[in-house]
Amino acid sequence: MSAVVQLSSMFDARQVWRGRAAPVPTGDQPTGWHALDAVLPTGGWPDASLSEILLPVDGVGELQLVLPTLARLTKNKRSVVIVAPPYVPCVAGWRQHGVDMRRVEIVNSAENDVLWATEQCLRSGSCSAVLAWPHRADDRALRRLQVAADTGKALAFVFRDRRHLSNASPAALRLELEAMPRAQIWVRKCRGANVPSQPIPLTRHVH
Amino acid sequence: MWACLLLPHLALDGILRRRPTDGPLVLVDGPINARTIVAANASARAAGLRVGQRLTAAQALLAQFDAVPYDRDGVDKWHRFLAAVAYRYSSEVCLLPHAIVLEVSKSMGLFGPWPKLESLLRSDLTDLGFRHRIAAAPTAHAAYVLAGVSDGQAVLTSDVLRRALRQVPVQKSRLPAAAASLPGMGVRTLGQLMALPRDGLRRRFGAELLATLDRLTGDIPSGLESFRPPDVFDLRIELLHEVENQSMLVFPVRRMTGDLAAYLAGRDGGVQRFLLRLEHRDGCHTDVSVGLLAAERDAGMLFEFARGRLEHVALPGPVIALRLIARDLPAFVPVGRDLFDERPANALPIEQLRERLRARLGDSAVYRLGSTTDPRPERAQQVAATANVAVEAHPRPTWLLDRPIPLRGMAPLILSGPERLETGWWDDGEVCRDYYVVETTQGQHAWAFCPPGEQAGWMIHGWFA
Repeated sequence: MSAVVQLSSMFDARQVWRGRAAPVPTGDQPTGWHALDAVLPTGGWPDASLSEILLPVDGVGELQLVLPTLARLTKNKRSVVIVAPPYVPCVAGWRQHGVDMRRVEIVNSAENDVLWATEQCLRSGSCSAVLAWPHRADDRALRRLQVAADTGKALAFVFRDRRHLSNASPAALRLELEAMPRAQIWVRKCRGANVPSQPIPLTRHVH
Repeated sequence: MWACLLLPHLALDGILRRRPTDGPLVLVDGPINARTIVAANASARAAGLRVGQRLTAAQALLAQFDAVPYDRDGVDKWHRFLAAVAYRYSSEVCLLPHAIVLEVSKSMGLFGPWPKLESLLRSDLTDLGFRHRIAAAPTAHAAYVLAGVSDGQAVLTSDVLRRALRQVPVQKSRLPAAAASLPGMGVRTLGQLMALPRDGLRRRFGAELLATLDRLTGDIPSGLESFRPPDVFDLRIELLHEVENQSMLVFPVRRMTGDLAAYLAGRDGGVQRFLLRLEHRDGCHTDVSVGLLAAERDAGMLFEFARGRLEHVALPGPVIALRLIARDLPAFVPVGRDLFDERPANALPIEQLRERLRARLGDSAVYRLGSTTDPRPERAQQVAATANVAVEAHPRPTWLLDRPIPLRGMAPLILSGPERLETGWWDDGEVCRDYYVVETTQGQHAWAFCPPGEQAGWMIHGWFA
């Protein structure tokens, strides 16, 4: 066997590089939830990417999670589109959270067209955020949305049932909401950092 | 300064643009037993067919070719359509046989010098599929004559014009019929003709010849009647074959919406609503109405919306003709864009996105919600409401259920309430309810109500999602 070579000398000679992940740029899309911003690698929502929010049932605070963001975007006169919501958005409730409803477009669509409509909105570049409730979205469909969000530089939020957690997803961020025994958020995947081991408590305040 | 757009193949181009074909095609005219060819496309000419030939002689020369009857009304319609397109560049547009003349000296201040304006006119006509020759001269008739002699000639001053006209052969100078004998007398160019004594010419050929010469040089006004574009756009295209498949209609529809866009650009207007009529045999037709949220005039957008609507139509039978009618032509206001716009440079405007979604999902699929002054939750909001209501002080959910649903199982945990909402005596929809914020056994926060004074019979009306 040949002589042992010092690793440091190889580093100095640039024969060996130390592999490390590219630094994640700090985004400018804070979620409005300080505890959540603190654990996310970009300090907020991943910019121009797909975020997936997984729920056990409706009405556990999934909108409260995104409403501060929507309020910030609509106040900056940017449009927000809601595709195929499961219920009618209550104008009074949204306005209590500071959302300018004149900038919120609601799109009713048959189940077959939800993904098409979402992709169109994301790709157009004129929407700052798109919220969608697809029922049948597989890995490929979500990947299309991720690409569209990147093309149109928009935030994409997809709300799905918790049972999809075991399936792989191309989303840059996956959050799981838990209602019982207490309301909290689990970060299940976040691109650019390790998943935090502790859940983040979700304070649900009723106005 | 006048520009002349000479359209030597107007009839043939009108046919070819709705059916692009490389095969031989001729236009025929005349009595049924003595049809003669009046126009032929390149491949028909290559096969030996020529203008003036009898149709029977042509059939002896070539076995397979398309013969389309010459349609005088159709040619006239295309002529007027192109005049409406040219109206974009000048307010003074006149029609001459097979040509359009327009006054351009004022237009050049807006569109730039003549070479630039000429290229704009050429690209418009080429896009629409019409072959053309263009010339410019200080008088309308001189431009008409020069366009007949050579393509692209521009004469700017009257001195140069006189010199240019002197070279023009008499046969090509569009003189009255009485002047047909001039070449036989040895007068071959306009220069020779203009050198002759006027008195003798008047006695021999009549005053009309002198007036024509004076109009050419600009000594008397042209006396042309100005063209006024119509206020309604109505375009009909007869299909050469019966079409049973929607996808075969895409090409003619693209042409028609392109024509509509060119017409709208001519009158600086937009279209808010237009009708696409698919005509079937026996006089029945299917109407496809295309309504837009705001006036538009972009050819690509109009085509996309028309196609989106067309895809949803079930054809009851084969289509023999298409008609596009636009009556609602409001002024077009281009959307202003912010100088410091944060959106990507190639972003589609939100209005266009809404139209695209509506075209596929239905006219009422895209909407905005606003508050009304009604206190009842189910009527407190509606589509496109703009009442200026203060932000509600009491808790309101973020999801509202279309119809309240009963809450079964254990009694829920009350988080806040009650808030009594009652009224509606004025429209027979009277309600009286106590609303609470409750937490269900699954951890959901719900907005539920029960009859006043009771805490049973819970009905969920919304979710605090």
